[in-house]
Amino acid sequence: MSVTKSYSEINKKIKQGSAVILTAEEVAEMARTATPEEIAEKVDVVTTATFGAMCSSGAFINFGHADPQIRMEKIRLNGVPAYEGLAAVDTYIGATAVNPDNPTYGGAHVIQELIEGKDVELEAWGKGTDCYPRKHIHTVINKNSVNEMFLFNPRNAYQNYNVAVNTTAKTKYTYMGTLLPNMRNATYSTSGELSPLLNDPELKTIGIGTRIFIGGTTGYVVWPGTQFHTTRPKDENGVPVTNAATLAVIGNLKEMNSEFIQAAYYERYGVSIFIGIGIPIPVINAEIARRVSINNSEIQTSVLDYGTVGTPKLGQVTYEQLRSGEIEVNGQKIRTAPVASLAKARKIAALLKSQLQQGQFWVQEPVQLFPTNTSLKALKDIEVKEGGNA
Amino acid sequence: MRFPPQSGDKPLSYVLVKDYDISINILKAEVMPGKRGNLLLEMEATEENIEKGIAYLKEHHVECQPLDKQIKLDQERCISCGNCTAVCFAGALTMNPETWELEFNKDECVACELCVKACPLGLFEIHFSNGD
Repeated sequence: MSVTKSYSEINKKIKQGSAVILTAEEVAEMARTATPEEIAEKVDVVTTATFGAMCSSGAFINFGHADPQIRMEKIRLNGVPAYEGLAAVDTYIGATAVNPDNPTYGGAHVIQELIEGKDVELEAWGKGTDCYPRKHIHTVINKNSVNEMFLFNPRNAYQNYNVAVNTTAKTKYTYMGTLLPNMRNATYSTSGELSPLLNDPELKTIGIGTRIFIGGTTGYVVWPGTQFHTTRPKDENGVPVTNAATLAVIGNLKEMNSEFIQAAYYERYGVSIFIGIGIPIPVINAEIARRVSINNSEIQTSVLDYGTVGTPKLGQVTYEQLRSGEIEVNGQKIRTAPVASLAKARKIAALLKSQLQQGQFWVQEPVQLFPTNTSLKALKDIEVKEGGNA
Repeated sequence: MRFPPQSGDKPLSYVLVKDYDISINILKAEVMPGKRGNLLLEMEATEENIEKGIAYLKEHHVECQPLDKQIKLDQERCISCGNCTAVCFAGALTMNPETWELEFNKDECVACELCVKACPLGLFEIHFSNGD
């Protein structure tokens, strides 16, 4: 007799304090001796987490109106350009935008300083209109002075990610870290068996409306992330062996904590931001139990050459091999290093577990599941005629 | 190196390179004509040549103070992402295989400085201390 649990049954147990919550690492350990049916019977929720650099992130901010009012048509926050095409005093600051005078400082740093309650310099210009007469403002803002500020990240929590190596004779500086010549190191980013979308590879419980941990507070999955790809090559377990699905997520920046969201600068690449995301997966049946039981030896990823245009694939390895400190590619032994924090991901998974145990979190059934047959389009390089093609 | 006002116009570093075959890297320089000057110099050569070079500097009334280069990490702000371990071939920066937290064994560090640029949070700094 196979077990089926509804979201409301699980939430009722969470409220009563009787739900059994494990982290994805704990359930992977349990699965060494327990069957998926037994796990579905015993375990109610499994917490997953990741803490990695997620470039496609940013924040919406509403500054409030000054007197006299200005329609901001050029906006700088600590010198970093923010988007000016959103009404009078709304903006979106992208994590990877940089201050042209100091390219090591960017939107990610502005976001972190706002979270930490620091003052940020705002300078904005407008042409001056009948209803917005002001042409310039130079002031300071902080998290208490603005009306709203919320993180809205178009692409986070990648389902699996590639291993980066460099076959060329020159060091390559990438978002996957410093890649030494002649494959002298290999870097990897996913938290493996703890990673959210590797524990629900077919996205049966994660969809629009899923309640998540983000940056130290509660947020939501709002849409499939950009570059959402469900038809990548999969292994025998049905798990993609390269970067595949993604999530668009939202959360209140005012409630976030810089322990779980950190600005980053990569040498000769640019600014990015580490985001901590935790997702509880309700064990609604034996199928989900089997999914969350996956361990590092069963999850594979592709080794790509970041030194060559087109990043050709050189091999495939498991997360168990990556964590051992050494992988073998084309007969060559290569030292491995992570570029995302497993220690932080574990902390988030444990925190989410304790919030669920104390009834401070619940599992939200998605209001809509994601599409299941998507792929990616490439940008065509079409020659544009003088005066346009139209 | 601290040198008196009258040596400011002499090409001291040129002599170090040309006559003593010392590879120099100027890390910090404060040279004002007519005033005392300070120069922080990284020197790479045979021990004998470095000694000869320093003797030459002393002849020209330049005070020399050997310094030790050390890499310092702001451990409190470290997120243990692992980026620095990808470039640390001395084995000073490693991930603890149990906790996956960064461990910095200073005794293994050869101060190659690759970690300084590899850290996305900019938590490594080069410090100089008296090398006597």
